[in-house]
Amino acid sequence: MNTQLLLIQVFNGLVNGAFYALLSLGLAVIFGMLRIVNFMHGALYMLGAFAAFALGQLLGLGFWPSLILAPLLVGLLGVVLERGLLSRLYGLEPSYNLLLTFGLTLLTQDLVKQVMLSRFAVSSAPYSPPEVLSGVVNLGFVVFPKYRLFVIALSLVVCLVTWFVIEKTRVGAIIRASTENPVVTRAFGINVSGWVTGVFAVGAALAGLAGVLAAPIYSVEPYMGAELIITTFAVVVIGGMGSILGSVVTGFAVGVLAAVGAAVYPPIANTLVFILMALVLLVRPSGLFGLPEGAR
Amino acid sequence: MNKTRTAILALTALLLAPAASAQSLSDGSIKVGVLTDLSGVYSELSGQGSVKAAQMAAEDFMKANRAYAGKVSVIGVDHQNKADVAGNKAAEMIDRQNVDMLVDMPTSSAALAATEVARQKKTVAMVVTGATTALTNEKCNKYTFHYAYDNYMLANGTGTAVTKRGGSSWYIIYPNYAFGQDLNRQMVSAVQENGGKLAAPSDATPFPNTDFSSYLLKAQSVRPKIFGTMQAGNDLVNVVKQYNEFGLKKQGIGLGIGLLFETDVAALGQDAFAGAIATVPWFWNFDARSRQWAGRFEKTFGKKPTWAQAGVYSATLQYLNAVARARSDNSDAVVRALEGHSFDDFFARNATIRPQDHRVLLDVQVVQVKGKSESKEAGDIYKRLNTIPAAKAFMPLSENKCRM
Repeated sequence: MNTQLLLIQVFNGLVNGAFYALLSLGLAVIFGMLRIVNFMHGALYMLGAFAAFALGQLLGLGFWPSLILAPLLVGLLGVVLERGLLSRLYGLEPSYNLLLTFGLTLLTQDLVKQVMLSRFAVSSAPYSPPEVLSGVVNLGFVVFPKYRLFVIALSLVVCLVTWFVIEKTRVGAIIRASTENPVVTRAFGINVSGWVTGVFAVGAALAGLAGVLAAPIYSVEPYMGAELIITTFAVVVIGGMGSILGSVVTGFAVGVLAAVGAAVYPPIANTLVFILMALVLLVRPSGLFGLPEGAR
Repeated sequence: MNKTRTAILALTALLLAPAASAQSLSDGSIKVGVLTDLSGVYSELSGQGSVKAAQMAAEDFMKANRAYAGKVSVIGVDHQNKADVAGNKAAEMIDRQNVDMLVDMPTSSAALAATEVARQKKTVAMVVTGATTALTNEKCNKYTFHYAYDNYMLANGTGTAVTKRGGSSWYIIYPNYAFGQDLNRQMVSAVQENGGKLAAPSDATPFPNTDFSSYLLKAQSVRPKIFGTMQAGNDLVNVVKQYNEFGLKKQGIGLGIGLLFETDVAALGQDAFAGAIATVPWFWNFDARSRQWAGRFEKTFGKKPTWAQAGVYSATLQYLNAVARARSDNSDAVVRALEGHSFDDFFARNATIRPQDHRVLLDVQVVQVKGKSESKEAGDIYKRLNTIPAAKAFMPLSENKCRM
């Protein structure tokens, strides 16, 4: 394989990396703050894509309004889920919320499938990028879809903003305090459960955003999140559970690695991330950017 | 006294005669088992529509053959596209539900598992939606028939048509499982036999897979005349979506599709597929006979039939006709009635059932997907390029590996 093709694949990998980063960022935020292993994250991603499709079909909304509205809707669903179901399991073993979110995933997938088939008469829905972003642009070393460049750029911005808010602002400080020591934080007059709900909603909205971004690239179908979520979990583990920076950096890195892998030796593309995970866990059991247990 | 007795006996025999001569059915009925995907990726192209099609065949058969009125029933069972489930369900249908014949069977691995069970239990199986040529080659058996299409017919039809129309160099990707590997092999040899060449060796992609950008970028740098995809169903939809996204058509790289169903075109929109060439056994607006049947199907099912569903109707009806000819639902008798039989229905044109390997030979159509502006009505997606006659469409016996 020549260096140009390699360079092209590195670049191409950033697109998938963007999706991994957005999704694992949400997972990391939710895990870091709430200690919930949210198995439903893939379904929330799918719901984001489906919402964009449905908003277009039912209300005639284009890509741009959906890019705002769909994540908001998914975030709102996040509030309902956290308040209505997940909050009842706090204090119980983590396997309870794992089972709950897994069950909800199966339920959501089948529900969306039913709706798609009965209401829209398709099992996989078409969705096009907005006019201004359709077509390709010649970057000199490769001809690349404009829309994919937009995905890389927007994801980078969103990841940076999220990292900044959590690590560098007062809001972030409150969130971190609420989860480190809820009792003391409450004593300062801070509404801890309100913040927790907010964090879950933001994590869900991030997944929803990734879904809307994915709709013009992948086919919108009920199981589109199922496959992705497994890789995303691996990304979170490699990056270090709960580490914001770790999930973003690892997300992009894994995307690039998988793309290069697919070009060099296709059969390994999907396995590469798990090989990497095994290697990282051998050397650093808490992940690349994770703090060792007890240091928290 | 004796005379009276003889008279009574004669009369009884006379009264019983029509029924007796019409049939000797094992349990007084014929049960058709549609083994299909009722919930997964192939449920739209087969699934409930296949069950409906088999029911239509049963009704039409009973109307035409009064002696069988009320004796044919159809059940639909979900095999989830999994080989182990398909095997278990096939056994259960035959043993516990007294199914006399299995039909449909999407997914090659599931079809192979179910036909193996049917062989052990001496039950006729008519594979319509499964694609692998193994069914009529190394895995052939006395009770299995392969209807509608197979990988050889797809590759031979499309590979030849596309290569002869100027697609002289190919880069092919295929999903890395039985169906994809088989289809890639067949396609490569069809391309080469027609003077085409591979611009780069074929690549196996993970299955299932959503992101094909790496292969599309490789195609950009290799610059073949045709980008060939052997993916099916949702994977195919993703490939074609991204083929358009990367603007390959504008860069002069055409699209060759191994297996195309009407539902794939619907999922992505006609324009995304416009110009692509594929081989199909049938399509709903092929001619007046086809339209007439498709209209009946649409009236009861609410959707236009796919060729898989039309094939299930045809296969079911041909099985039932064979039962009527054999005057028995005994599998060995039905197989004898099917072997070598020639027929012609709205789906299977100029059809013969080859006795040596049970391949059902029929005319197949090479089609090109129309752009939205070219179609005259909803669902009008194919332009027929040419018909490959039954004798030329399928694997010749000289290449066949079947030992029955």
